Amino acid sequence: MTATPVTEAELHAYIDGLLPAERRAEVDAYLAAHPEDAQRARTWQEQNQALHAWFDPVLAEPLPARVRRPALSRRMPPVLRYAAVAAWFALGGVAGWYVHAYNSAKSADSIAFAREAMIAHVVYSPEVRHPVEVGADQEAHLVAWLSKRLGASLKVPHLQGVGYQLVGGRLLPGNQGPVAQFMFQDGNGRRLTLYVRRGARDSSETAFRFAQERGVGVFYWLDGKFGYALSGEIDKAALLRVAEAVYQQLNP
Amino acid sequence: MDGPGIDFVPHIPRLRRYARALTGERSRADDLVQDTLERALIKLHLWRPGSDLRAWLFTLMHNVFINQLRAQAGRLTADDEAAEVAVRPTQTDWLEVRDLQAALLRLPEEQREVLLLVGLEQMTYEESAGVLGIPVGTVMSRLSRARERLRGLLAGGAAPAALKVVK
Repeated sequence: MTATPVTEAELHAYIDGLLPAERRAEVDAYLAAHPEDAQRARTWQEQNQALHAWFDPVLAEPLPARVRRPALSRRMPPVLRYAAVAAWFALGGVAGWYVHAYNSAKSADSIAFAREAMIAHVVYSPEVRHPVEVGADQEAHLVAWLSKRLGASLKVPHLQGVGYQLVGGRLLPGNQGPVAQFMFQDGNGRRLTLYVRRGARDSSETAFRFAQERGVGVFYWLDGKFGYALSGEIDKAALLRVAEAVYQQLNP
Repeated sequence: MDGPGIDFVPHIPRLRRYARALTGERSRADDLVQDTLERALIKLHLWRPGSDLRAWLFTLMHNVFINQLRAQAGRLTADDEAAEVAVRPTQTDWLEVRDLQAALLRLPEEQREVLLLVGLEQMTYEESAGVLGIPVGTVMSRLSRARERLRGLLAGGAAPAALKVVK
C-alpha cells in the first residue's frame, strides 16, 4: 500500500489547523517516521504560539483616541459618525449620482475624483475642533509641506474677494497618491473645500464640470499638472463664482 | 437613519496587533492603523455589504503599508527571487536577534506579512492570498521561507544556507 506523499504545504496546514481531518492520520504517521520534519513542524507551531504570546497583549490595550476616531467630529460618537457617512453613501446610491458634464466627454476617472473630493468634504467640513491639520496662521508652512508631499509647487487661492477666508489644509490619501485639501469659511461659518491632486498627465482641458449629491455640489476641473475639485453645500451659481475665482487666482 | 451600520471599531484591536507585529513600533503601528481607517472611510463605497469587513480592512492596511514602504525606500522588492541572495551566515546575523520582534523585523516584509496573517491572525491561506493580492502558491512559498528563516534566526546560529537580504 502506498500512501500519498506528504507535501511541505500539508505540513504547514497541519500545524495551522487547516489540514482536512481525513488527512491528519496520514500526516501523523509520516511525522512519526520522519523525526526531522516532525522537529521542523514542532518549531513552526512554537512560532505561532510565540507570536500570540508576544502580541496578544496588544488586543487588551485601550484604544488610543487617534485610532478610535480618525478624522471624526467630537460632536458625534465615532460609531454614529461612521454611520452618518455610510448613510450618506446609501442615500446617494438611491438618489443617483448625476453629473452635468459641461464637456460631453465624461471621464470615469474624473468622476471618481469628484466623488473622492465630495466624500472628503463631507467627512472633514463638519469638524469643530480639528477641521485642518495645519491652520491658516502657518500658511507658508502649509503650502510648502503639501507641495513637497504632492511633488509639485502648489498655490493657495485667496478668496476674501468672494467672501471666504482660508481655514487651513490637510494631507489625504487619494486614489492615485497624496491629495491636498484646503478649507475655506465664510462669515457665517459655511465651509468650502478645495481638493487638489497631482494629475496623471498634463492637461490643456480646463472646462469646469459640476456634480451634485445630496446637497453637496462640486465643481471640478483639470489645469496643467493638477486636478481641482471645489465642494460645498451652497447653490450652484454661488459655488461657480468661487470656482472661477479659484481658477483665476491660480492662473494669473 | 438606515445606513448599513458599518462599524470598524470591533476590528481595531486586531488591526493594531497586526500592525504592531508588522512595524515593530507602537507609534508607527498606530499611524498605520489610523491611515488605514481614514482610507476605509474614503473608500467605503467600494466595500460590498455582506462581504468580510475584516478581510477588507486588512487588505487596505496591506496597501497602505506597501505604499509607505515605497515612499520611504523608493524601492520595493518586486518578487521573492530577486531578493534571494545566498550569503554565508555571519555571527551578527543572529547575535543581534534578541527577541521575536527583532527576528520578525529581519524577515523581508512580504514574508513577514504572510507569517503574521497565518500565524497570528489565523487567516486561511486563501484569505491571506486575498488580502495580499497574490496566488495561494505564493503564500505557501513565502510562509515556508518565513518559518525556516525565523527558525534559523531564533535558533541562534543554525541559520539556513540562503539568507534573505533585506536591504
